[in-house]
Amino acid sequence: MGLVSRGAAAAGLGAASAVVRPGPPDAVPHPIPTPPPESAALGSSRMPGMVLKAFFPTCCASADSGLLVGRWVPEQSSAVVLAVVHFPFIPIQVKELLAQVHQASRVGLAVLGTWCHRRQETEESLGHFLEGLGAIFSHEPWLQLCRERGSKLWSCKATRRQVPPHPGAPYEDQVMLVFYDQRKVLLSQLHPPAAVPDRQAGDATASAGGLAAVFDTVARSEALFRSDRFDEGPVRLSHWQSEGVEASILAELAKRASGPICVLLACLLSLISAASACRVFKLWPLSFIWSKLSVCEQLRHRLEQLTLVFSTQKAENPTQLMRKANVLVSVLLDVALGLALLSWLHGKDRIGQLAEALVPVADHVAEELQHLLQWLMGAPAGLKMNRALDQVLGRFFLYHLHLWISYIHLMSPFIERILWHVGLSACLGLTVALSILSDIIALLTFHIYCFYVYGARLYCLKICGLSSLWRLFRGKKWNVLRQRVDSCSYDLDQLFIGTLLFTILVFLLPTTALYYLVFTLLRLLVVAVQGLIHLLVDLINSLPLYSLGLRLCRPYRLAAGVKFRVLEHEAGRPLRLLMQINPLPYCRVVHTYRLPSCGCHPTHSWGSLCRKLFFGELIYPWRQRGDKQD
Amino acid sequence: MEDEQSFSDICGGRLALQRRYYSSSCREFCLSCPRLSLRSLTAVTCTVWLAAYGLFTLCENSMILSAAIFITLLGLLGYLHFVKIDQETLLIIDSLGIQMTSSYASGKECTTFIEMGKVKDVVINEAVYMKVIYYLCILLKDPVEPDGISQVVPVFQTFTACDISEKVCLLLSSCFLSHLGAVWPELLPL
Repeated sequence: MGLVSRGAAAAGLGAASAVVRPGPPDAVPHPIPTPPPESAALGSSRMPGMVLKAFFPTCCASADSGLLVGRWVPEQSSAVVLAVVHFPFIPIQVKELLAQVHQASRVGLAVLGTWCHRRQETEESLGHFLEGLGAIFSHEPWLQLCRERGSKLWSCKATRRQVPPHPGAPYEDQVMLVFYDQRKVLLSQLHPPAAVPDRQAGDATASAGGLAAVFDTVARSEALFRSDRFDEGPVRLSHWQSEGVEASILAELAKRASGPICVLLACLLSLISAASACRVFKLWPLSFIWSKLSVCEQLRHRLEQLTLVFSTQKAENPTQLMRKANVLVSVLLDVALGLALLSWLHGKDRIGQLAEALVPVADHVAEELQHLLQWLMGAPAGLKMNRALDQVLGRFFLYHLHLWISYIHLMSPFIERILWHVGLSACLGLTVALSILSDIIALLTFHIYCFYVYGARLYCLKICGLSSLWRLFRGKKWNVLRQRVDSCSYDLDQLFIGTLLFTILVFLLPTTALYYLVFTLLRLLVVAVQGLIHLLVDLINSLPLYSLGLRLCRPYRLAAGVKFRVLEHEAGRPLRLLMQINPLPYCRVVHTYRLPSCGCHPTHSWGSLCRKLFFGELIYPWRQRGDKQD
Repeated sequence: MEDEQSFSDICGGRLALQRRYYSSSCREFCLSCPRLSLRSLTAVTCTVWLAAYGLFTLCENSMILSAAIFITLLGLLGYLHFVKIDQETLLIIDSLGIQMTSSYASGKECTTFIEMGKVKDVVINEAVYMKVIYYLCILLKDPVEPDGISQVVPVFQTFTACDISEKVCLLLSSCFLSHLGAVWPELLPL
């Protein structure tokens, strides 16, 4: 046994066959010629007065004695321990492994110190041996963590060999132990994401804030965790996967299958987009119709989203990946709900019942409108209307209504067939079905829309005429060139006719205003119903279901920060803290991962809406251009 | 090492401030807030149920009574889960950061951890609430502007009574600053 340690001392680091095993040395090892500092101190500067923080993975707390491997962050004075290397090991192989991982992940790993997990209290020889290892792997500061087996008492030491930079600074640092769950820290993602330096730009610096650097280190060192204890590698490590690498057959199969499926679906989707962009659809009547129907808008939106999900490019960062996953889950849920609706509709002849109920409902609505018009033609709410104008307007609208009823009756034999085919479209998704419903409502209430337009135009003309004649009454006019009101001298006959027209318009105002008010209210009611449906469609489109599900089932994946808990403490022992992940609150999850919706938001504020209503300008709450046509 | 002191809050309830000393680099302050009083709970429940009964005699609809029961239950659960704070803890860990935990009466714990690198300064703010009360705040650095402040985070959400609040704040801030002063000398008041 003694031969081994002397052999190690004599051969230094060059001999590949010098295996280091634990054992009581026969003699105190001679001062070993200090090897060239390969794993040189990565900056021995530290902030004055900072306690040394050792981040230790909880999975290694019960591991056997060995070497601590990890990363030293000098600016934060913290040592992030990633794994424990067990005996027997060959120092040169350990260094090779660290160099390999460094190349793969660009994280500067080093041997930070020793870990001693004692069985009995009398194994002091092990302690001496471990101290000797500090000469082989030199690192500033050299950590020595020690634990009695089966007890919660830890002892930590961090020693420095170099002369301390400040005369008053201690030779040994105070150490604080922070335990962290390696698996959770590896898989979690901090929000807001710290600016992670480019992989190609050399070694990862700790410019990210203190704890973000810890997360970053663990996440990048995946290459270190790839081997478990069943692998016959040269070096035996202990980390979170050392009991067996985590893998899932389903995940592997999905990964293999996703390649060809994505290619196939991407081709299909590109065919569909090419077909929809074809020239035929740009011709006037069709393009007009497509731009008005909300179904087309929704289908276009879904096509875009599916193209994003099934594109053959890999997601560049976690945000894009989450977005893809959210879109996929949202589409799947939409289709599932749509299929449920479809099965409900097509069972028990509900379509027939719906079609049968539709015509009587339309008739009923038309009857109610007729009653309303008759009421307006009489003395509505006790107001006295101008009889002639009232009759003209009333009869005009009644005739229009009569035309509409005839049209509905003409269509009634075909309604069931139409509804059946339209109901099939629910298999594309619940949002498509809701958009179709919104379009059907718009088509069925087209007559209300027409009445609103007639009433609004009349009212608008009246208001324009009134304002212009009111200016004439006061002797002013509107200067179009200067865009202001100027005084003007009118002839006597101009004034006479102007004043006459003004009085006529003023006395006819209540009638027109009443018709306008009634039909605007009806129109606003229909718009409100359509608005609710659009709101529901928007909700289904933009809710990030995958992120919410992740937050519910795996809260550590979405981290807002960390929280610390002070563990059992004894005087004279180092402070022990447990670092846990603080999950992101639900409202922030929704806010961060919201999907972009169609974009059909109402463009008016309440103030401008009221202004438009007062002046009789037509309001288009959802579209920038015109409105639906039959 | 533990230390306890009692104060009273704005409404007259009893607050207890406990100080724990774990090590030279770690200290904890625990502020226990007054418990939910049975008297106020009974008063609110009786008011709601009497009003519901009054409506019931007017409308003769028994749904109102069930609705009143639901409203009372949901209101109480919501109050315990979102509003009623049982205990507030401030944990200061040298060179790591400051952690503030609020535990609600329903058992929910809300934790915020601020890293030491983000703390710009610790201040005592004044607020006018009938009289002047004082509360301790942490100023956070702005990542974009080096001299700017991005957020003002109050440390405790319960406010102590006016004449006591200054004492509490000075007590906390002196411990706080002596702690931080060892690490960041520029935070010490001149």
